[in-house]
Amino acid sequence: MLKKLIEKSQIKSPWIVHYDCGSCNGCDIETLACLTPLYDVERFGVLNIGNPKHADVLLVTGTVNHRNKKVLKNIYDQMSDPKLIIAIGACGLSGGIFKEAYNVVGGVDKVIPVDVYVPGCPAKPEAIIDGVVEGLAKLGELQQQNKTDAIAS
Amino acid sequence: MILDTLHLTKETLREEVEKMKSKGYRFVTITCLEIDEDFVELLYHFDKDLELIHYRMQVAKGTTMPSVSTIFFAAFLVENEIYDQFGIKFDDLVLDFGGTLYLDEDEEEVTSTPFCRYSVKRK
Amino acid sequence: MSKTIIPFGPQHPVLPEPIHVSLTVEDEIVTEAVPAFGYVHRGLEKLAEKKDFNQMIQVVERVCGICSMIHAMCYCEGLETLMNVEVPRRAKLLRVIWSELHRIHSHLLWLGLYADAFGFESVFMQFWKIRERIMDINEATAGNRVIVSVNQVGGVRRDLSPSQLKWILDEITVVEKEMKSMESTMLNDYTVKKRTVGIGVLTREMAYELGASGPVLRASGIAQDMRQLKYEAFDELDFEPVVEQDGDCYARGVIRFRETMQSIDIVRQAISRLPQGDTFVKVKGKPEGEIVTRVEQPRGECLYYIKANKTKFLDRLRIRTPTFANIPPLAAMLPGIELADVPVVILSIDPCISCTER
Repeated sequence: MLKKLIEKSQIKSPWIVHYDCGSCNGCDIETLACLTPLYDVERFGVLNIGNPKHADVLLVTGTVNHRNKKVLKNIYDQMSDPKLIIAIGACGLSGGIFKEAYNVVGGVDKVIPVDVYVPGCPAKPEAIIDGVVEGLAKLGELQQQNKTDAIAS
Repeated sequence: MILDTLHLTKETLREEVEKMKSKGYRFVTITCLEIDEDFVELLYHFDKDLELIHYRMQVAKGTTMPSVSTIFFAAFLVENEIYDQFGIKFDDLVLDFGGTLYLDEDEEEVTSTPFCRYSVKRK
Repeated sequence: MSKTIIPFGPQHPVLPEPIHVSLTVEDEIVTEAVPAFGYVHRGLEKLAEKKDFNQMIQVVERVCGICSMIHAMCYCEGLETLMNVEVPRRAKLLRVIWSELHRIHSHLLWLGLYADAFGFESVFMQFWKIRERIMDINEATAGNRVIVSVNQVGGVRRDLSPSQLKWILDEITVVEKEMKSMESTMLNDYTVKKRTVGIGVLTREMAYELGASGPVLRASGIAQDMRQLKYEAFDELDFEPVVEQDGDCYARGVIRFRETMQSIDIVRQAISRLPQGDTFVKVKGKPEGEIVTRVEQPRGECLYYIKANKTKFLDRLRIRTPTFANIPPLAAMLPGIELADVPVVILSIDPCISCTER
């Protein structure tokens, strides 16, 4: 019963952790703007928290460089399954305008698997909210998959 | 258009900077630029009442420079940055990051100088 | 009491950006703070060798998303001087309007984050609600909420129509009214004062010697503002640097609050003096020579060094950003305060890490 409750609440009220990888702040402040009165994602049950161990969804903004890729991997590993990774902004997708810079590895998917890509430079709050909603459908699929995997083993 | 600059050498650097400090100038930053295969140029910028004064100096790549961070604490960041990017080492740094201010210690990059077209091996 | 080392960051709920500080703590008192960087470093100045000087405008805008317009303005101003271009008066005033709008939205953003740092979440929500009006102006006039790419070498890309100007005036009047309603909370509230007065004090001498800039410097009683250099159209606009004497976190909050009001006034002045005419001049040729330009960003003094050699690509572009100058004062402020005040003190310099590391 408890399991069912957790499964349901994970979709109905996803908890989000945000990590800024190396963005120019544009996407960060737009992600923060999602939490504020005009967009207010909390009305959908989306909650921003600081602890990756509590989170279901990881929002990553910005390019990955040689130093922060370890931090990103670390945060990813600390999150419990099933987890949803959303890359935000042109930099998070491919490296964007900084792709040719010497300290840039590339998009977020070079380091961790990404489920949803939100384009834009910077991505608009509407697009970010849409990305999270898109992602929740995928989170449901992941839950199902985890279940069948558990039965099979 | 070329900046009006005062000349400086490695030996007179600390002395001049001390003088600037006693005159009430504020340290702004150091700019490093690559001239050619062997030389880089250091520009020291000072400010007083919105008036900028620049000092110019040429040094060979791989030289060890005296640090001004003991005179102006604010200089430690930019001196570390120059070591990262151009491989100019500074002595007696107040806070020495040892070439890993920006660059990661596990990557090969640390041994190269990314801002130089003609890369030099760092000692 | 034995020493404990507490890592702060890079991923921390208070910080929107990754910075790492190693705090050595005895009891509850911080005795040493060593910052570490490199989590946002991209090597952006080096891109000047791969992108030509016109494309670089888009790159320098992304040094920092919050003050992007002012970065590009500083860069264009440098190139215009090198290429002997006289920018039309209308373009100069339009630049002032957009840059002051940027200052308002940056300060509102900071006031919100700052309130959040000492746990006053409703104030955070209020300031960000006010800020959305400025974002709407940005989107309606330039097509993007954050990165308004309006600058080009020789002027601005977009013009403001009379109806848009009227609408901007209406909107900033509402912003001013809403700010006034927040004034008593931000400046006189017991909780705010309890968390900020006397915390992280930077004396006048220290601030000057450590090279602090912007609101951090002005909160310590030194009236230095790069807008006094009269760049762009500031020669005909009325303005006095905002100064506070105490040098603590509270003073830095007050400075930014008052500067927001001042920027609203500057936007009004600029709109009332806007002449008719072109918004840009055609620019031919390539830049040559070297130049240092300085402008005042929301966070302080920003310095650009540009060296060009009459080709498409710049020889060297060096950006000294305000937070880069404010890190040494921060390192001097942290020892001696309580651990619980660390987030407030770090936020009080308005750290912009993507600026610092580029």
